[in-house]
Amino acid sequence: MARRDTPEINAGSMADIAFLLLIFFLVTTTMDIDAGISRRLPEKQPPNAPPPPIIKEKNVFEVFVNKNDDLLIENEYHKIADIKQMAMDFIDNGGGIGNPMPNEVAGKDCTWCKGTKDPASSDHPNKAVILLKSDRSTQYGTFIQVQNELGRAYTTLRNRLAKDMYGETYTDMVNKLSKDKGNESLKAKITTIKSMYPEIISEQEAN
Amino acid sequence: MSKFSKKKKGMPAINTASLPDIVFMLLFFFMVATTMRETSVMVTNKIPTATEVKKLEDKRLVSTIYVGESLDKGKDGDGDKIQLNDKIASISDVRNFIFAKRADISDDEVDYMTTLIKADEKSSVGTINDIKKELREINALKVTYSTNIGVEKE
Repeated sequence: MARRDTPEINAGSMADIAFLLLIFFLVTTTMDIDAGISRRLPEKQPPNAPPPPIIKEKNVFEVFVNKNDDLLIENEYHKIADIKQMAMDFIDNGGGIGNPMPNEVAGKDCTWCKGTKDPASSDHPNKAVILLKSDRSTQYGTFIQVQNELGRAYTTLRNRLAKDMYGETYTDMVNKLSKDKGNESLKAKITTIKSMYPEIISEQEAN
Repeated sequence: MSKFSKKKKGMPAINTASLPDIVFMLLFFFMVATTMRETSVMVTNKIPTATEVKKLEDKRLVSTIYVGESLDKGKDGDGDKIQLNDKIASISDVRNFIFAKRADISDDEVDYMTTLIKADEKSSVGTINDIKKELREINALKVTYSTNIGVEKE
């Protein structure tokens, strides 16, 4: 029996079909990854909760963004570019005894602080509170810029500390952890750094 | 003139046999690298840029709230609007929106849920504060202010 050739299938329209699918996916999908500044809101207090402990004036760093998007740090006008350095000086001051570190009973001096140890500024990074006040009609963009600068202040301090303790920056460590999720020793290191410079930012509405 | 007459008339057809392969390659790239668009944004949404950002890992655990001025002012009026899912909503709807999201998530993962606030940079902080107050009431404490990822200049 003579072998019959199967006729070749015309694949000319394959490209058209593929293009159609491609365009469908281009239109219905997005490429952006959600990212942003993470904050944790304070827990809701029960109505009969005891009044919050009084924080010493010197342990509070007040940043106020008013309705004209002007910036007042400790009641003085400043530029957004100034926040980072001022916040760092404040957090890193280490002028006294801090709250007890995790798994410790008594509070100690901040041995890793490199600040001026000014008695009129914060006692310890874990006592230093940044109070971010904003008006109702403050622009959100400015608010985020300020948040970002405050975040940068903490990151810079954490980077410095991580470099001294473990020889690599905090940012690198966090990036490494996101690629290697199960790395417990790295996780522990990051937690240590975080507890030595905890991010204490309180957001408040001024009226 | 024999030199010229040798030249063939017309162009030879270009072989397009590899065209589907190229297009399929592009198609697969887009299928892998992108995610489905879930909602169409009905408010102005030019989000600010920041450098200290954290990427949100698990999309399942993220509930997104859009804030901005309505694109259809004739219908919704002026001022900051809150968009939940595909509707412009009011502050009091935020609770039910989060509760509805929580219903889809297993109980032990509820603590890891994040609320992503995608607010326009021109919107006012007061609106954001109202949302935060609502979230605090229902104990949805993890909040992320959505930003573009900026490059640190120094």
